[in-house]
Amino acid sequence: MDVLFDFTPVFDNMGDILQAFWAVIRLTVTTGILSLILGTILAGMRVAPVRIFRGAGTLYVNVFRNTPLTLILAFCALGLSDTLHISLSTQSTVNFYWLAVFGLAAYTAAFICEALRSGINTVPLGQAEAARAVGLTFFQSLRLVILPQAFRSVIAPLGSIFIAMTKNTTVVIVASYVESAYIMRQLFEEEGATIPMFLAFAIGFMIITLPMGFFFGWLAKRLAVSR
Amino acid sequence: MTTTLDKPAAKPRKAKKSEPSVLFDAPGPRARVRNNIIAVVGTLILLAIAYVIFARLQKEDQFDGKLWDPYLEAETWTEYVFPGLVGTLYAAALGSVLAVLFGVIFGLGRLSDHRWVRIPSGAVVEFFRAIPLLILMFFVFSGPPTIATAFNREFIEITPFMAVVIGLTLYNGSVLAEVFRAGIQSIPKGQSEAAYAIGLRKNGVMRLILVPQATTAMMPAIISQLVVLLKDSALGSIIAYEELLNKGFYQMKANFGNAVPALVITAAIFILINMALGYLATWLERRSRRSRKSAAKTMGTGVGAPPAPGMSVTGQTTGEAGGVGAGGLS
Repeated sequence: MDVLFDFTPVFDNMGDILQAFWAVIRLTVTTGILSLILGTILAGMRVAPVRIFRGAGTLYVNVFRNTPLTLILAFCALGLSDTLHISLSTQSTVNFYWLAVFGLAAYTAAFICEALRSGINTVPLGQAEAARAVGLTFFQSLRLVILPQAFRSVIAPLGSIFIAMTKNTTVVIVASYVESAYIMRQLFEEEGATIPMFLAFAIGFMIITLPMGFFFGWLAKRLAVSR
Repeated sequence: MTTTLDKPAAKPRKAKKSEPSVLFDAPGPRARVRNNIIAVVGTLILLAIAYVIFARLQKEDQFDGKLWDPYLEAETWTEYVFPGLVGTLYAAALGSVLAVLFGVIFGLGRLSDHRWVRIPSGAVVEFFRAIPLLILMFFVFSGPPTIATAFNREFIEITPFMAVVIGLTLYNGSVLAEVFRAGIQSIPKGQSEAAYAIGLRKNGVMRLILVPQATTAMMPAIISQLVVLLKDSALGSIIAYEELLNKGFYQMKANFGNAVPALVITAAIFILINMALGYLATWLERRSRRSRKSAAKTMGTGVGAPPAPGMSVTGQTTGEAGGVGAGGLS
């Protein structure tokens, strides 16, 4: 019984655990920025006046939203790197880091696009009509009138997406990049102290995701569009 | 008679051509010319992207017939793809049933009037929602044997299948518990007040008034979550459960070295199943929005799981995300 809740292996391996969560934070920040950019472009495409852009955007979203993330990331390692010999860096770890980031961002962007699109739907018709009436073009009205309001109304859903993305960084294990899930499995094998290790990693993720949740909740309330 | 028949026929065509939107007017002659130019340029850009991908695949000989040949043999399908698909569907089906049960129990538990039921249920739900599913699966897979050893008991054999199903149940069940709670709470208070007024007890109010109305409202959200569950079952490949990703991608790649064809086939199967489920969710959503049988507001297929702790913002956008297909991303 004492063995089960002996937390000394956790403290002995604190360096490895912190390193694991540092990798999670690195992946989260890079992927977050990249997927936000890609998701905004996709959302713009999906509401564009030109049909080919709408079609391409819809195709992208439907493909990436319905494919398991595990498959996308597995293909990043086995397909893009091993088969197609795409190399983003001469250093192997840096290469796999970016492949993992691109895979994760490609997947997350589809969800950000959909969240933004539902935000665009909340913008009252009069706003867009007024923007057109003063002579703004499609891009100007999107950039100056529609998207700022759309972003502010979907901060909470975007926050949910970013939190889910943080948890999804564990799947990067299949893209050959060392992060939390890999290190936890390794420590399971080395130390055998499964309960303390599991709790340590669970608490670690809560330390990252709970403040994110409170932050996005606060931000959503603060920036809510009053109508 | 003929004129009235002609009109509705003409209307959809016109609507399709002008594509009215919030963001742009029905294009006039100049705008149409400009749009056509942009369309041509856009097509060229998209073709250029397609060509870059094509050229890369060509360079690495990915269109070589021998990489695709395995898919022409019946054995590939009966040995790899179908057994994998069965494994995925089996885990997802069992996981769905158990997750819905888990969700009902803990969702109702969180609504309980007794604090000693409400608080533990809330703790369980929030804990499993906050941790990554893969971490949970690893623990379910390797935890019990070490615990058994600590107690000097017999080694409990946890198969990968059990770990996948238990992990999917705990995580998605917790998300569904939040969906159930939100569904029950979305019913106007007057409904339960009226039920109490005509003499129903707590049990009756829940069973006869709230749950039936909430069920129709929650159906789209539940199906969206089941799409998530099906996608998450692919995580089982990491703990060597033989499902579609494992058999259709990893083992195909190991035996035939055809990563690209294997990706195309495996992804296509996942996309087809998930889009079918997505259509079902959207259809149910539309249907229950139309019907007036329930006082509850239909919960959309939405953009994923209920908000994380601290994010229950009133008036946030859910649902009507539109688009065909899956629910959230986790």
